[in-house]
Amino acid sequence: MSAVPLGHALGVCAALFALGLLGLLVRRGLLFSLMCLEIMLNAAGLAFVVAGSRWAQPDGQVMFVLVLSLAAAEVAVGLALLLQIHLRFRSLDPDAVAGMRA
Amino acid sequence: MNALFYGASAVALAATVLAITRPHPVHALLYLIISLLAVAATMLALGAPFAAMLEVMVYAGAIMVLFVFVVMLLNLGPGAAEQERRWLAPAFWIGPGLLAGALLVMLLTAVLAGDASTGAQEVGAKAVGMLMFGPYLLAVELGSMLLLAGLVSAYHLGRRAPARSNGA
Amino acid sequence: MNLEPGLPPMIHWVVLLPLASATVLLLWTQVPRAMVTLLGVGSVAGAAAVTALLGGYWLQAPQPVTQVLWSWVQLESFTPRIALHVDGLSLTMMGVITGVGALIHSYASGYMRDDPRYRQFFAYMNLFIAMMLLLVLADSLLLLYLGWEGVGLCSYFLIGFWSQDPANGAAARKAFITTRVGDTALAIGLFLLYRELHTLDIRAILVAAPLTWADDAAMPTLIALLILGGAVGKSAQLPLQAWLPDAMAGPTPVSALIHAATMVTAGVYLIARLHGLYLLAPEALAVVGWIGALTLLLAAGAALAQSDIKRVLAYSTMSQIGYMFMALGAGAWNAAIFHLMTHAFFKALLFLASGSVILACHHEQNIYRMGGLRRTLPLAFACFVVGGAALAALPLVTAGFWSKEAILAATWSGGHRLWWGMGAACALLTGLYTFRLVFIVFFGAAKGAAHDEDRWRMRLPLGVLVLLSLAGGAIGLPLSAALPADPAPPASHWPEALAVLAGLAGIALAWHWFGRGAQAAPPDTALRAFARSGWGFDALYERLLVRPLYALAALNRLDLVDRGYTALAHGVQFLHRAALRPQTGKLRWYAAAMAAGMVLLLGAVQWS
Repeated sequence: MSAVPLGHALGVCAALFALGLLGLLVRRGLLFSLMCLEIMLNAAGLAFVVAGSRWAQPDGQVMFVLVLSLAAAEVAVGLALLLQIHLRFRSLDPDAVAGMRA
Repeated sequence: MNALFYGASAVALAATVLAITRPHPVHALLYLIISLLAVAATMLALGAPFAAMLEVMVYAGAIMVLFVFVVMLLNLGPGAAEQERRWLAPAFWIGPGLLAGALLVMLLTAVLAGDASTGAQEVGAKAVGMLMFGPYLLAVELGSMLLLAGLVSAYHLGRRAPARSNGA
Repeated sequence: MNLEPGLPPMIHWVVLLPLASATVLLLWTQVPRAMVTLLGVGSVAGAAAVTALLGGYWLQAPQPVTQVLWSWVQLESFTPRIALHVDGLSLTMMGVITGVGALIHSYASGYMRDDPRYRQFFAYMNLFIAMMLLLVLADSLLLLYLGWEGVGLCSYFLIGFWSQDPANGAAARKAFITTRVGDTALAIGLFLLYRELHTLDIRAILVAAPLTWADDAAMPTLIALLILGGAVGKSAQLPLQAWLPDAMAGPTPVSALIHAATMVTAGVYLIARLHGLYLLAPEALAVVGWIGALTLLLAAGAALAQSDIKRVLAYSTMSQIGYMFMALGAGAWNAAIFHLMTHAFFKALLFLASGSVILACHHEQNIYRMGGLRRTLPLAFACFVVGGAALAALPLVTAGFWSKEAILAATWSGGHRLWWGMGAACALLTGLYTFRLVFIVFFGAAKGAAHDEDRWRMRLPLGVLVLLSLAGGAIGLPLSAALPADPAPPASHWPEALAVLAGLAGIALAWHWFGRGAQAAPPDTALRAFARSGWGFDALYERLLVRPLYALAALNRLDLVDRGYTALAHGVQFLHRAALRPQTGKLRWYAAAMAAGMVLLLGAVQWS
């Protein structure tokens, strides 16, 4: 297979990450916020794989596996919390749970 | 493999853009699944088939399915989508757009500076497995403990009945 | 304690008895009234007895004696001690203070018998006696200053004793603040003295001063003038005299003790004690004399226009102390102290007798509402006649004559003819205002009812003081070792005769104008009003000092300094609120803040 320039590959990761961040900042529903977090985590994982591929070593993929397990645990807990918020506050608007306001 | 890489990347980016702009949650999730599958193809193009398979199986297959389950559980009516549409007015995109754009510019200027190449060689599952259960064994065990913790927390936090008043 | 043999180590008892009594009376709030009288009067009487005993011993072997009690401060080069020094001068002062003081205390136990704050009154009076004794017995100027401040404090307490009336508090404050100005000058003088001579011990100063300043007259003059400032404040001379008439707001025994016999003479004592310093500064001595001369005339003029019985006596005190200052200025040290003693006798007599009159007239103090009291108050009348005669220096029979003549003779023979003239003119005025008072109060038609309220403990001191006012001129004071000799009396008797005639002329004029008493107060002319106000000094100081201060305070109505401090508090609160703004509790805000931070960090790394 022919080589892809590292810069392009990492550029794709950066673009995915930026899109995830954009979604997190704009979308006003907890579900969508969690979703955008997944996008960002996925982009980070992809960056690890790209790096491993650059050096032709499996370390990148091992890191990707760990990132994946992290994302799974985080999604589980996050969605459980989402359900509780929906139960108690009757709304999925993060601004509705701004009780930590000073 | 170059064509696969660029094509899959384009699909991933487009799908992500669509995912973050849909008001309906299930639509957004489905587009996200497409994006994840495209990213898996990208990984394949870079010579990481094991990672690609894991992406499909775990990310797209488990995590996103979990999302869909929760959406169903929430049982949001049509009013939710309507409200999301209102919250997606163009004016709200300006500030975050600038911020994300600035970040992207900075990352790109950092990343596009070098001239190394990638994807020259395929790294198979066997190599990954030997590394994971060799030098990275401790990390793997820690990861499993993390998953256990996530399991217990999710079980506890997801209970229907509200806990006792002094916090559970 | 290092004492000369022969004098028992009892000097500290003189101070200790009244001081202990004051402490007990202040702390023991439930003390029965009889005990207050016993402690209050008894402690001063005891001090007088000890003084008499000490005097008896000392006169057998007249040597200056110092009793060191303990070391007060121990710095490297400055080690003042609490030590009491007895010589002829301090013994004289002690005798006056304790003797006249005991008589006044006895009178006060009758005068103040119905007062609810009887205990506090005697506490303050005893404290005053203790402080005054400390002042005259101090062997160092630092200890003297302690006594100086102490008597000022007690004066404040006692002037404002009837504190329900805010006017009394105002008078007390006026007295305190005015004397404070003098005290500050005195303190600066002490600082300079220490800096130049490195000691505040009086004996050491009197030895070192002529050696250090043999040729230089500038520094001793400066120090002498500063000390004079303190003396002027305490003795109510120009320009710090305005407090004394107002101080008559206090009870009459207070006026008798503090503002006639003792505290106001502290200035005279101080200058006499530091005579060595003043002899090195002839210009300062001239200033002393001029202040005395001017004050005696001004005060006598003001006394002529007063209608309050106590204010007449207050201005009279001011005038007589002017005589003492004039005597000091003329170098007549012995005469000044002699006049101090006789003045204590007859002025205390006059004040206590006026107290009897005031009590009898039910606290009426306006002389124009009194009249014909010589029939109803014979003792008071006799006291006023004797005291007035002594004040007017009736020749030969009164003590006042001998002391005033000594002063006038010294000014004549010292070459200060102008001062002599002023003193003689004032003798006329003195006779005039004194007997104006006597005639208006005791002659003429009676107005209002008067009942003699005196008890024996009030009559007895009056009797003793009458005797002292008549015979006190014969007391020879043991001052020859303590003070330099006065100028010799003039050879011719004409100056003396003229002064005597002036005094008699004054009495005659008073008889002519007021012999029948006075029906009512004469109508006010501008001159009379001006004189009654003490020649406008209050108005002057009001304009010069008080109004600018009020103007400055009004300028600072917004209290800028305080605003500066609260601005600090407001600024902090503002910053607090500003720091609180980003904490909205909103998730996307925080995410945006993190993203922005990341952008900045990356930028810093990339473009540094």
